[in-house]
Amino acid sequence: MSRRKTERLLSLVVCLLSAGKYLTAAQIREAVPGYPESFDAFKRMFERDKDELRELGIPLETGVSSAADTEPGYRIPRQAYVLPEVRLERDEAAVLGLAARVWRRAELAGAAAGALLKLRAAGIDAEETTQPGIEPRLQTGEAAFGPLWEAVRDRRPVSFSHRAAGRSNSQLRRLEPWGVVNRHGRWYVAGMDTDRGETRVFRLSRIDGPVTFDGPAGAVAVPGDADVRELVREWDTEPQVRRTAVVQVRRGAGYGLRRGASAVRPDPQRAGWDLAEVPFSDVGWQSEHLAEFGADVVVIEPADLREAVIGRLKGALA
Amino acid sequence: MTSSGSRSGAPPRVTPATDRLQRLLALVPYVMSRRVVGLAETAAAFGVSERELVDDLNMLWCVELRSPDPYCPIDLSYEGGEIVVSEAESIDRPLRLGVDEASALLVALRMLAEVPGLGDRSALSRTIAKLEAAAGAAGAVSAQVAVQVDDRGARNAAQVRDALARGRRLHMSYYVPGRDEATERDVDPMRLLVVEGRTYLEGWCLRAEAVRLFRLDRVLALDVLDEPASVPPQAQQRDLDQGLFRPSADDVRVELELSVAGRWVAEYFPCEEVTELGDGRLRVALRTPDTRMVRRLALRLGEDGRVTAPAGLAAEIREDAAAALAQYA
Repeated sequence: MSRRKTERLLSLVVCLLSAGKYLTAAQIREAVPGYPESFDAFKRMFERDKDELRELGIPLETGVSSAADTEPGYRIPRQAYVLPEVRLERDEAAVLGLAARVWRRAELAGAAAGALLKLRAAGIDAEETTQPGIEPRLQTGEAAFGPLWEAVRDRRPVSFSHRAAGRSNSQLRRLEPWGVVNRHGRWYVAGMDTDRGETRVFRLSRIDGPVTFDGPAGAVAVPGDADVRELVREWDTEPQVRRTAVVQVRRGAGYGLRRGASAVRPDPQRAGWDLAEVPFSDVGWQSEHLAEFGADVVVIEPADLREAVIGRLKGALA
Repeated sequence: MTSSGSRSGAPPRVTPATDRLQRLLALVPYVMSRRVVGLAETAAAFGVSERELVDDLNMLWCVELRSPDPYCPIDLSYEGGEIVVSEAESIDRPLRLGVDEASALLVALRMLAEVPGLGDRSALSRTIAKLEAAAGAAGAVSAQVAVQVDDRGARNAAQVRDALARGRRLHMSYYVPGRDEATERDVDPMRLLVVEGRTYLEGWCLRAEAVRLFRLDRVLALDVLDEPASVPPQAQQRDLDQGLFRPSADDVRVELELSVAGRWVAEYFPCEEVTELGDGRLRVALRTPDTRMVRRLALRLGEDGRVTAPAGLAAEIREDAAAALAQYA
């Protein structure tokens, strides 16, 4: 069944590519073996075949060769079908082989392999290879990646349920997605939140249900100046408001804290301890970070940070 | 129009028949661009058996169009194990790249261009330009996918690449956050990994006498030594398809209950089990080779997380918290 279908589709592609003009459905049935006798059955099968060829990216066009033609026909223009000439130097083919490996086991692995196959068919000697000593990978463990990539690709609005950090309930969000960004290993989608009328960034791992397409392909207009990379970078970057904490750090401990300190000096009041000045912006985050060091770090000031750390420690004691 | 997103890895709705059609359409130009090519080599390139390949070639050879006059557009032979296509009509060139295909390669190439310490920037930018030109409109969407690799540790990456290229041992001072320690060690480098947006050195640690992963942004200082690296034969590279971190049998299983504000733990640590407890609360189980990491995590979480097992660890955490609070008394 599948074999006969492959034979038919192959003949159909060769036929439409070679004809050089639009062929009517009747002419196609004449030329291509494998279609059923009944015209209705042929039409149904031919419709499916057309869809499948387009699904593969084969540019199957409908139109008429001259104004005198009454019935529209079909063709595959060679110009639109063929991969343009590509020539790669050896070092270029090597990085291409490395790139093809990046998606291994991830969402676009099949697409990368398909692309590499076509380029090899164009005469390029590139193999999915490792360069000695380096192994770059992209992961797409988040279930939302596949549908969001499709939505970005096809410019379709989406809706999904999303649980913001620290919220106990999920909310339904409606988004015109402009792009997907992987920042430091985590996937985000950025776009226009249509309920709020503002740009928004969502982390894919916090989408907790299916992603639903909310409109037809082509419905999303991405503004020319939209920079999804920058939107995600801003979202992920700490605010620039800087405060400074003064903390005591036990000598020989607190490496993680000393690395971020702007100044460290011996504490004149307490032998065996240093005083460190540590810049921070968010009391909540900073209190969590400082609490980690337990009895090796004591916050002197500011008072709100000191109280927040004590609160954390009491929480751990309870 | 509303439909649910699919989660399939391959492009949607590719059937066995169309999958094979793609292969057939690539096979003819593959052979033609090389003029003569061996059966075995071609079968390997397409990931099929020689038998399947011969079946493909026969199918191509048998293509027949009946009108206006019957003719066979494709002529080929594979006598003596060598394939030659003498007549291929209109399928002598490969089909252009689809959007998914062009995007997969372009996004990956642009990611490589960001990888710290990856030498060949010039080859990368030339390849990107050529691929963009070949992909045409199909490549445009790829601009809406970006990958940003954490570039902290970029200077270290260049030194690691140098040590790898020259086969030298490394000495480094490495920060272990789980223990809040700076450790000194000699490492024979094996590979640089760029995984989950971060750069790691995989190497044979002479101190641990085992293969270890080092996050380059946690390397405090690094020296390439004159001593040659000698990675012992028993050193096994990680199979990345199995995930970066795999618990070992000796690891301690720890159970934590998390409030809504503590849910991030499930995103940052590979968890064996994640159970929703309602109202956004979670129970997670993770494995760790060193429970000091969990003790620090518990202090960070405060009331947002509670270790429920093992009981001894929970008691240690209460002692840690009491000792820390005593500093404020």
